[in-house]
Amino acid sequence: MRHKLLARPDSPRRLAAAVVALLLVASAQAASSPPLKAGVFDPPRQAPDFSLAGSAGHELKISDYRGKVVLLAFGFTSCTEVCPTTLNTFALARRKLGPAAADVQVVYITVDPQRDVPARLAKYLGSFDPTFVGGTGTEDQLAAVRRNYGISAEKKNIGNDYTYAHSSFTYLIDRTGRIRALMPYGHSPDDYANDLTILLKE
Amino acid sequence: MPRSVTLLGIAAAAVAALGFVGFMPIQTLSHDEIFEIPRGTWARRMSGDKVEILPDHIRLTLGLRDILVLRNHDDVPQIFGPTLMMPGQSFRLPFERASEYQFACTAHASGQMTIVVEPNPATPWARIAWRARELLHSPR
Repeated sequence: MRHKLLARPDSPRRLAAAVVALLLVASAQAASSPPLKAGVFDPPRQAPDFSLAGSAGHELKISDYRGKVVLLAFGFTSCTEVCPTTLNTFALARRKLGPAAADVQVVYITVDPQRDVPARLAKYLGSFDPTFVGGTGTEDQLAAVRRNYGISAEKKNIGNDYTYAHSSFTYLIDRTGRIRALMPYGHSPDDYANDLTILLKE
Repeated sequence: MPRSVTLLGIAAAAVAALGFVGFMPIQTLSHDEIFEIPRGTWARRMSGDKVEILPDHIRLTLGLRDILVLRNHDDVPQIFGPTLMMPGQSFRLPFERASEYQFACTAHASGQMTIVVEPNPATPWARIAWRARELLHSPR
């Protein structure tokens, strides 16, 4: 219908009205959906809830953070590259947000329950930002969480030691608890700050 | 007409065509590189059919085709590329930097998926190569 109106305008006034209407629609769309740097899910799904042992000394549930924007990442405290880089990026992004960072919660779930007990998680995460919280549990509990979030984690033995190859991306969960986006590893604090600002304004 | 004049004309036309292809700026209708899981894929896999949808190497080009779009049209959740996708869900991942990106991906035997984002073709030769590749890979 709109196409027909544009194709055969009856008068210059009608054409002008159509152009104005199109501009309004375009600007409304641009205003309603600013681009995220992260990959976006459509439609977004509710973040599956879990109950794990939290680094703060009490039960950790993702649903406890409704009302905040959550950065959810998976890793292990002995990780030498991906995890420290990612957590440092989160800390820098929060600093860029200023007071708005109070509504951003970083949740870090370990893939290494053998070593990452709550106290160790608390000490490790606190070295990046005192507000970060971590979660651990039994092998089965953590495997179920990973399955629900599509996270891979593979234990690799190195002599007497071991490491993990794990998914390195971060989920961005909005204030209503929906998984809105996935940020691949390697994005800058500015990219995170950009997306967090957009989600915080919703 | 002498044969040499004809050959000269053909050569001139070829050079002109090559120049046009090399110097003409590239414009694409869409920046999306789309991969879709068709309905019934899970059932086909369960019946032993080896279904490969997402290659383990994907090439994108900055400014031209730099958005990876994944769509799950199947009836069940699927691990697709880097993420878990619900039935009917799509995932749209833009790239802003030319680089090589590695994703853990259990759907591939290697356990990894690599996305190579190449720089925008800035030279005539790069534009010719990009257009040739597009032509070769375009659906017939």
